[in-house]
Formats: sequence, C-alpha cells, structure tokens
Amino acid sequence: MSASIPIPSLAGIAARGAQPAIQGPPKVQAEALNFFYGETRALQDISINIQPNVVTAFIGPSGCGKSTFLRTMNRMNDIIPGTRVEGKLLIDGTDIYGHGIDVVSLRRRVGMVFQKSNPFPKSVFDNIAYGLRVNNMDGSRAEVEERVEQSLRQAALWDEVKDRLHDSALAMSGGQQQRLCIARALAVKPDILLMDEPASALDPIATQRIEELVYDLKKDYTIVIVTHNMQQAARVSDFTAFFWLGKLVEYDRTQKIFTNPGEKTTEDYVTGRFG
Amino acid sequence: MERVRHFQEELEALQSRLLEMGGLAEERVRASVQGLVVRDTAFIDKVLRGDEPINELHIEIDNRCFMLLALHQPMATDLRAIVAAVKINTDLERVGDLAVNIAEAARRYASHPPVKKLIDIPQMGDIAQGMLRDALDSFVRRDTVLAQQVLNQDDILDALKTQVFRELLTYMLHDPTTVEPALDLILVSRHLERIGDHATNIAEDVIFMVSALDVRHQPGQHQ
Repeated sequence: MSASIPIPSLAGIAARGAQPAIQGPPKVQAEALNFFYGETRALQDISINIQPNVVTAFIGPSGCGKSTFLRTMNRMNDIIPGTRVEGKLLIDGTDIYGHGIDVVSLRRRVGMVFQKSNPFPKSVFDNIAYGLRVNNMDGSRAEVEERVEQSLRQAALWDEVKDRLHDSALAMSGGQQQRLCIARALAVKPDILLMDEPASALDPIATQRIEELVYDLKKDYTIVIVTHNMQQAARVSDFTAFFWLGKLVEYDRTQKIFTNPGEKTTEDYVTGRFG
Repeated sequence: MERVRHFQEELEALQSRLLEMGGLAEERVRASVQGLVVRDTAFIDKVLRGDEPINELHIEIDNRCFMLLALHQPMATDLRAIVAAVKINTDLERVGDLAVNIAEAARRYASHPPVKKLIDIPQMGDIAQGMLRDALDSFVRRDTVLAQQVLNQDDILDALKTQVFRELLTYMLHDPTTVEPALDLILVSRHLERIGDHATNIAEDVIFMVSALDVRHQPGQHQ
C-alpha cells in the first residue's frame, strides 16, 4: 500500500496540548506571531511548527485569521496598507520578516494558489512560461517547453491540454484554470505551496481532482491549505490547525482533530455546533 | 465518476486485511476440529495459543474503519462497505473465539476414552469452514448469489447439530461415564453451529453492502 493513512492505536492518542509530537526540523515556524490590520489584532501570539512534505490544513470560521496567517508566509499581506507584523516567522530557520529578505525570491519559494483561479489572459503555455521569464528561469526554448510540460504534468493537466497549449487559458473550465494556476505556481520550483480555498469555487468532480493533486504533490512540496470545508481538511491533510478569533486553538494530526480533539472549542467546531 | 484514488486504496487495504483475518479464522476452525479428531494435545495446545493475530487484526480493522468514516465521509456503496466491514470484523473475531472454545473442549475430550467415531462433527466443521470461505468470497466478489447460498447452508448445520445432540443423548443414557466427554462433543457441535451463524451474518452483510437489501430476521427465511 503506497499511499496510506497511518493507523494509530486510538488508546495511544492522548491530548497533548497545542502542538503535535513531531520529529525533524520544521519547514515553517511561527513564534508568537501577531498581525495587525491597523489597530485590529487579527492574529494573536500564533506559535506553530509546520512540517515539510505534509499537507497542513487551516480550518476555522470566517474571520478567524486562517487566511491572514497563510498570507504572512509569503508576505502577501505587505501589499495591504496599515498592516503590521510582530513576532517571528521562520522558513527553513530564516526569519522572513528579518532584514535583507528579498520578497520576490521569497514568493518564488513560497508559491500561492487563490480561491478564484486567476490565469493571465494568455495561452496555456504562456501562463506558465511567463512566471519562468519574470523569475529569470526561462533559459532556452527547449528548456521552457520542458518545464511547461513538467509543471502541467505535476498539476495533472497535461493530458487535457497538450493539444491546445496555445489556446487561451480563459477558454478552459474552472477546474482546469485552477490546475493551470497550480502548474504556474509549481513552474518556478517553490518549496512551499500555499492554497487559499483552492476548490471552493469548483464543482465536486473538479474539487476531487484538486484534492487528489494536493495528496500527490506533498511528496515534493510542503503544502498549507486554508479551507472552510472541514470534510476537505479531513480528506486531504496530515495535520490540521484550528483557528478561532485570531488564535490557534489546537494543532494536531488530522485524525486526532477529527476523532478526538483535545479542546472543547475544536470539538464544538468540528461537530458543527458553531462556526 | 472518477473514484477518489487514495480513499480507494485505503478501502482495498481494509478489504485485504479483513480477508487475511477471515483466512486466519477459517484456518483456526479447521485446526481446532482436527485437534478434536486426532486427539493430539500438543497440537491442540498450539491452537489454544494462537489467537493473538486475530485479536490484533480485530483492533486494526476497527481503527481503519473508524478513520475512513471520520476522514472521508463515505457515501452510498462505500458507506455500506465500511459499515459491513465493521460488522464482519466482529463476526470473524467471534469465530476466532469459538475456535478457541472448540480447542478447549478438544483438550478435555482427549483426556477421556473416545465416546464414538466422529462423523457428524467433522462434517459440521467442513460445512462451517465452507460457509465462512464462501461468505468471504462473496464479500470479495460482491456476489449476492454466493451469499444467498451461504444463508441456505445454515439449515444443514442446524439439522446436524440437532442430530449430534440426539445421538449423544442416547450414549449418555446408556453409559453415564460418557456424560462428560459427550457433553464436550455437544458443546463443539454448538460452537460449530454458531460459526455457521457468524458466516450467515457475514453473508447478510454482503447482501446489504451490494444491494442495500436488509435480509435479516425475515420470517420463513434461513434463520
């Protein structure tokens, strides 16, 4: 069995606070991270260690801070006026809010896919090649073609578009456009892929394809996915973090969060009693 | 519709573990009856000690089902398959326990002179094992016709149990020294009949899993 959910002993799972027992260095590490929109503190003392090559889901009701926290990981919030970060956010041990951080290079390493697919009004091929060009990764024509094909294959889109690479990306279905955006993010070889509600605008079959893709991609990438669909978090993620009112309430293995959460608030949320 | 691949892989893994458990249970029924027939106490002791793998699988399979239900929210056929797996798991574990009971009776029986040549009990053992095997095959192949055949066989096992009881009653009335060993044989026939009932439960679960029909507790039916 190649792809397996770990089979735990239920008896062995005990509440152990806000952090799961994990081995090895984290990929992303937040230390007492606070985030402010003007005077409003949207994130309160978030401390979390996110592991490499797993899928971590952020869940919680609207306005709980999950998307805000996701966007701190590639400094996407910088473009919003009046925002401010306190505390540390380390990626591979380096504080991305420290001095001398090149935000463009950070965003290449930490790719992002948004709720609404946003392909450029260009061909399928150019959508991917464009990202390579702006990152000075284009090289020869043959190299670009190879990278485009590789990215489309990784995004499970190649077979559907290989005969119409030069058609407009906007002619594709919503699900295909979203996978194109994933391919575009993968083309520049990031380490981390942030996904903000990547399937919420898609039909169930397109959603399932995205979920399968997420499951396959974790071999090569660290994936953080924000979703308000709890079932989706349960299906695709290895770890789940539950946010509420700007706080990280509980973070643990997904199977624990959905079968025996340690916190009453988490229990109430996953059982649909609020949120 | 394209199936969710990794969920499908987990379902297949669940099925293969369940079959492994079924194979173990079936083998233990065979061995316990063999121990009774050949009166080999060392062999019987080995059967008595061998329940652990089934018990471990019992827990593992329950956990797999629990996780699949919790994390994948299965629907329709998939939901019925997992609920069926939970129940089949319990039935197979009970079959394992009954094999232990048979081995315990065989151990006691071996300490007495044989009451009679054993004919009906080995036959009951063969039928019970066959029912288990067919029930598990029907599960793998999603074969309701085969599952129905299992249900039909249960009557034969019940009739043999009654026959064994009547025959041994005669022995006991004629010779009170046979009471103790004859009671053990009656117990064994009772255990084998119960194993048939568990195979029947599995077959009913298969019919439910495949066709969503509940054939349990129907008057005039197999039970």
